[in-house]
Amino acid sequence: MATLTEAILSILLLTGGIFLLAGSIGLVRLQDIYMRLHAPTKASTLGIGLVLLVSAIYAILTDDGLSISELLVTAFLFFTAPITAHMMAKTALHQRLKRLERTQNPDLFEKARLRLNPNLPLEDPVNKP
Amino acid sequence: MLNIVVMIVSGMVSLALILNLYRLLVGPDVLDRVLALDTMYINAIALIVLLGIYFRSALYFEGALLIALLGFISSTALCKFLIRGDLIE
Repeated sequence: MATLTEAILSILLLTGGIFLLAGSIGLVRLQDIYMRLHAPTKASTLGIGLVLLVSAIYAILTDDGLSISELLVTAFLFFTAPITAHMMAKTALHQRLKRLERTQNPDLFEKARLRLNPNLPLEDPVNKP
Repeated sequence: MLNIVVMIVSGMVSLALILNLYRLLVGPDVLDRVLALDTMYINAIALIVLLGIYFRSALYFEGALLIALLGFISSTALCKFLIRGDLIE
């Protein structure tokens, strides 16, 4: 394999690793759950996408060509990451998890929660905020 | 050159896994732990793919596909359980 191709692959792989690490640092460092949802679902998805891209290019350039399961992993991860993030945001709204004090428009939380399930009572006695 | 970079990136992903483990143990709510587990699944897929690059073997992608499926299903099932209190009604 040519040196230039290897250098490009190395740079892509390093960028992917940096994004994966940034997603996990964000998961540790950010302050409430609504912020913490951002870091792994966006940065880590980009990082794993870059790593899988490098792996696919490497498999094409070396001996045994591109396998179907590699494309399947990439497509599956990129489809399912937003779905998981949406489900977790819904769960956080439903459970009325604690938010930061300086969050703007706090009344929108209750509105969004009621839109999820209009049959809920306004004040849930079990899950008081 | 690529082998050295693969080793470095494996170290970074392992550090990311340790950070996720911290959030899994500390996390104030259940949802934090679910989120940490989901991120751990993604990092494990990255680690397996890096191993596949290092050993030049296409065998590891089947495992990566399995882990991706299990991660999605388990995260969705846990969120559904936390919302509804039940999985199959």
